[in-house]
Amino acid sequence: MSSVLYDAQGPRAKRRNILYTVGFLLVMAAVLWWVISGLNDKDQLAWEKWKPFLGGTEAWSTYIWPGLKNTLEAAALSMIIALPLGAVLGIARLSEHAWVRVPVAIVVEFFRAIPVLVLMIFGLALFAEYTTVGSDDRPLYAVVTGLVLYNASVLAEIVRAGIQSLPKGQGEAALAIGLRKNQVMRFILLPQAVTAMLPAIISQLVVIVKDTALGGAVLTFPDLLAAVSPMSSYYGANTIASFTIVAIVFIAINFSLTSFASWLEKRLRRGKKSTGAVLPAAAVAGADSTGASA
Amino acid sequence: MFDFLDHYDLLGAFWTTVQLTVISAIGSLIWGTVLAAMRVGPVPVMRGFGTAYVNIVRNTPLTVIILFSSLGLNDTLGISLGATDFKVIGFRLAVLGLTAYTSAFVCEALRAGINTVPVGQAEAARALGLSFVQVLTLVVLPQAFRAVVGPLTNVLIALTKNTTVAAAIGVAEAALLMKQMIENEAQLLLISAVIAFGFVCLTLPTGLILGWVGKKVAVKR
Repeated sequence: MSSVLYDAQGPRAKRRNILYTVGFLLVMAAVLWWVISGLNDKDQLAWEKWKPFLGGTEAWSTYIWPGLKNTLEAAALSMIIALPLGAVLGIARLSEHAWVRVPVAIVVEFFRAIPVLVLMIFGLALFAEYTTVGSDDRPLYAVVTGLVLYNASVLAEIVRAGIQSLPKGQGEAALAIGLRKNQVMRFILLPQAVTAMLPAIISQLVVIVKDTALGGAVLTFPDLLAAVSPMSSYYGANTIASFTIVAIVFIAINFSLTSFASWLEKRLRRGKKSTGAVLPAAAVAGADSTGASA
Repeated sequence: MFDFLDHYDLLGAFWTTVQLTVISAIGSLIWGTVLAAMRVGPVPVMRGFGTAYVNIVRNTPLTVIILFSSLGLNDTLGISLGATDFKVIGFRLAVLGLTAYTSAFVCEALRAGINTVPVGQAEAARALGLSFVQVLTLVVLPQAFRAVVGPLTNVLIALTKNTTVAAAIGVAEAALLMKQMIENEAQLLLISAVIAFGFVCLTLPTGLILGWVGKKVAVKR
């Protein structure tokens, strides 16, 4: 393996690298030993603590699956509502009329500057005070409201960047053959931009899935993360095991979404049918949370 | 109209937010740079570790990391990071979680920056006989850092907003104060407007100033 940053390795460099490798592995082993002995001292590695997850399906069907269902429901709802809203805001930001462009820009920048958690807390109180939504449904409504407000603004920026990433000639040619402005947008720019934006939209979905966990931790929304505390009290203080399993489920979902997004990005870049304009998966989402938010 | 604010330590809460942001930012800049160096370095084990770290941490919700540092590390394993007061413990655990999470994004931003440095720069440095560490610290990283001020600003703004997650483990920062105020006062819209204004004041200038700095320091090619 060579790179522009270092030379092909000769005998001395190879020996040195083996030394580094051994040293690094020793450090890792020491850390691992420290972690395992710490866990062992607190009795967190006992089979009883892990048995509910690894030795049966009860924990999965009672706690993890219902929580996961709520997480996915909130994420899907938020994406479905935020996507059209974001598209409208994004297109409005490209408007030629200042009276449309400027207010929309202010709204988008405002909601991008505010933490999702603040929006969620606001939503929870809003639904409690001004609507008749039952107290059981309120957390879901609040989580979705917060996620929609924030992600619609982020998606607006993705849509804007997606449309701007198309070659100028596309819009100019469409105008030249006599299409009206909204026809240019509907028939020429948007369809191409959607393809260019797909990777960025999918990685925004990762951000949404991660942010639903906020609802579980702060708003009593019964999501996957909220399943940790009833599990660890029911199965005898197996906090570490519960957290590990929940984290693995989250990572599995998000990792497959992330991998899918980057596979799609590579594929679109290679594609011969399109203009080759692609918005990198992290282009705008990077602003968020880069994860934006959480 | 704003009388009720006298009963709350609004400035103190935002000061905690700022402290969380600054300390975690410094921490993740350091750890993120080390991770980036590992990911582009010649030792396969370190490359593997860096890649695994970034992929795992980037795909874990920050809330899970922060809650784990409180319920897992502190409550279950008794790690208190050298503090005895529970407020200080919560603050340090939050910094630990935020740093661990944000470094993954710093690492990715830096790696993208390293790719923008023309190949000839590193080749010339190698031709002079510089070692990997010298190539990285003397030639490539200084140019990479100047190229990634923009992306790192986005990470910093995201970090500022992410400090609100510390509310989940009871750190007295702005979002927790907002929750308490909403519970005690019938001033929902006003309270939300004040808190939102506070965050806009923190994030917008950061973006504008660092955006300007980024343009100033960018290497003209």
